[in-house]
Amino acid sequence: MIMDNLIALLVIIPLLAAPLCLLLPARWSWLLTTAVSWLVFGLTILMLYQVDSQGILSYHLGGWEPPWGIEYRVDALNALVALIVAGIGAVVIPYARLSVRAEVAADNSAGFYAAYLLALTGLLGITLTGDVFNLFVFLEISSLSSYILISQHRERRALVAAYQYLVMGTIGATFLLIGIGLLYGMTGTLNMADLAERLQEVEQTRTVYTGFAFIVVGASIKLALFPLHWWMPNAYTYAPSVVSAFLAATATKVAVYVLLRFLFTVFGVEFSFRSEFFQSALIFLSVAAVLVGSALAIVQINVKRLLAYSSVAQIGYMILGLALLNLLGLTAATLHLFNHALMKGALFLALGCIALRMGATEISQLRGMGKRMPITMAAFVIGGLSLIGVPGTAGFISKWYLALAAFERGWWPLILVIVVGSLLAVVYIWRVVEVAYFQESEDQSRCEAPLSMLIPTAVLALANIYFGLDTRLPLYLADSAAQLLLGSAP
Amino acid sequence: MDWLLKDWFSHYNYWIAIFLMMIGFYTVISRGNMVKQIVGLNIFQTSVFILYISLGNVAGGSAPIVREGITLFSNPLPHVLILTAIVVGVATSALGLALIVRIKEAYGTIEEDEIREVDRMRESVEIHIEDALQDKTLHEDTPR
Repeated sequence: MIMDNLIALLVIIPLLAAPLCLLLPARWSWLLTTAVSWLVFGLTILMLYQVDSQGILSYHLGGWEPPWGIEYRVDALNALVALIVAGIGAVVIPYARLSVRAEVAADNSAGFYAAYLLALTGLLGITLTGDVFNLFVFLEISSLSSYILISQHRERRALVAAYQYLVMGTIGATFLLIGIGLLYGMTGTLNMADLAERLQEVEQTRTVYTGFAFIVVGASIKLALFPLHWWMPNAYTYAPSVVSAFLAATATKVAVYVLLRFLFTVFGVEFSFRSEFFQSALIFLSVAAVLVGSALAIVQINVKRLLAYSSVAQIGYMILGLALLNLLGLTAATLHLFNHALMKGALFLALGCIALRMGATEISQLRGMGKRMPITMAAFVIGGLSLIGVPGTAGFISKWYLALAAFERGWWPLILVIVVGSLLAVVYIWRVVEVAYFQESEDQSRCEAPLSMLIPTAVLALANIYFGLDTRLPLYLADSAAQLLLGSAP
Repeated sequence: MDWLLKDWFSHYNYWIAIFLMMIGFYTVISRGNMVKQIVGLNIFQTSVFILYISLGNVAGGSAPIVREGITLFSNPLPHVLILTAIVVGVATSALGLALIVRIKEAYGTIEEDEIREVDRMRESVEIHIEDALQDKTLHEDTPR
């Protein structure tokens, strides 16, 4: 029973738990959210095993046959992204209790957890569904709930940041909707696999090209591809710490997944990259994202904003891997989805601990933190090293594969870009480390964060090292996902 | 004249959709007033609804109802899809307006440039205070 409906349960459980959160007494909402997050994480691991043993899973909602009914279709790529979303959700939620109590108005906390569960529903739904319109609906569910989550910080600027994200996000989602409509008009189907087949007959029409353009731009707004990234720094800076960590680690990854899915599964490599212009445009934009994002990160005063700009750069690496269009490049891109979730999760959680104790995340607040909060800062340093790509951390593996992919193509300047991007990362991480470890503060007392926040931070930081040394799991998944995308899968 | 009518005006529904789309989009981009932006966003979304609904129309077809004598009917699926998209649009507008109410309470204005001004003012005040505090501690540190 559970195994048969496993895929649907992943979406339905958090969806049903969200209203329950509001109905139950407020102190139960966190407990319920934790239980649900862990349950979903467990089910995702089960699903991963099923995908590994049975290949592609297909679930027909309500028993309606695809392409008429909605199909949930899970392969190695979905399973990997779902693992990221559910895993980060499970790690972040034990952390949330104290952090939310400090940063969110007390009477809102039940609503906060309900919105969090809806965001989880939406993100998981996007990854699992095999129906393009269903994807749009889940995208809006996750977006609407993340606007709410961002606006929950006590600081009033969170409201403006959430509003700006709402305007930008709605434009992006509507673009996606226009594209989906045009494709439906040409093919009469919404099922991804069916679309991929039927598009081949009509692919040379202007309508399909227009739909393609709308979908790519819409997804690019959602994943904050340079120069469509401007909503992101504000949103991540002013959101509650938990939300920054959760969204930075999952929402942009899911948007990258949407782009991958459309480019490679729905339209197919041959159609998407028929014109060399598109490939070179993607490479140009991703290189610009890496360089500009990293350079802007260096000049930030607020560490959260610094990390948000670094996210712009990291997304550049993912798109670069995608645009290289070889097996190694796609492996690097999907691997970086996983690794970036680990490092940004660790970094934002560490910052959340500092925000709890100091009340702000300006760089000047970090003076002497190396002594005052040794474990938190150690986690931050590990996350930072992973971000730079030091060997022995997860970040190194994905950058190594990216460099290999560029090498295979023989595009030397791109390797230079990767190196320069890493050097810029050294600069902005060093700025934080320098203030934290080499500047004295007047107050020398230890003020380490409470255990319930420290453990999730440490878990993610250690995961950076673990997956830097033992790369079997993410590499295996990323490799099979890349093979699927390029159509060379068994 | 004939080609003009045939090629351009026979698809007037798409022209209307594109026209509305651009009006909405331009309003979102050009206006600093948040309520006007939400209105623009609404027009933008509505244009997409019209696009979908006119996609489903079959020339000469009737409404998609089961009744004797009806063989040619419009495709009902886009209508159903758009019903969902309308719900999403309503939720977006409601959330956007709710945020605007909170912004008005917090800032006293809903003009984007004025909000930016308020934030900048506060930032510079904070920096001044911090500088003053640092100066003070510096003076206290120096032995007299």
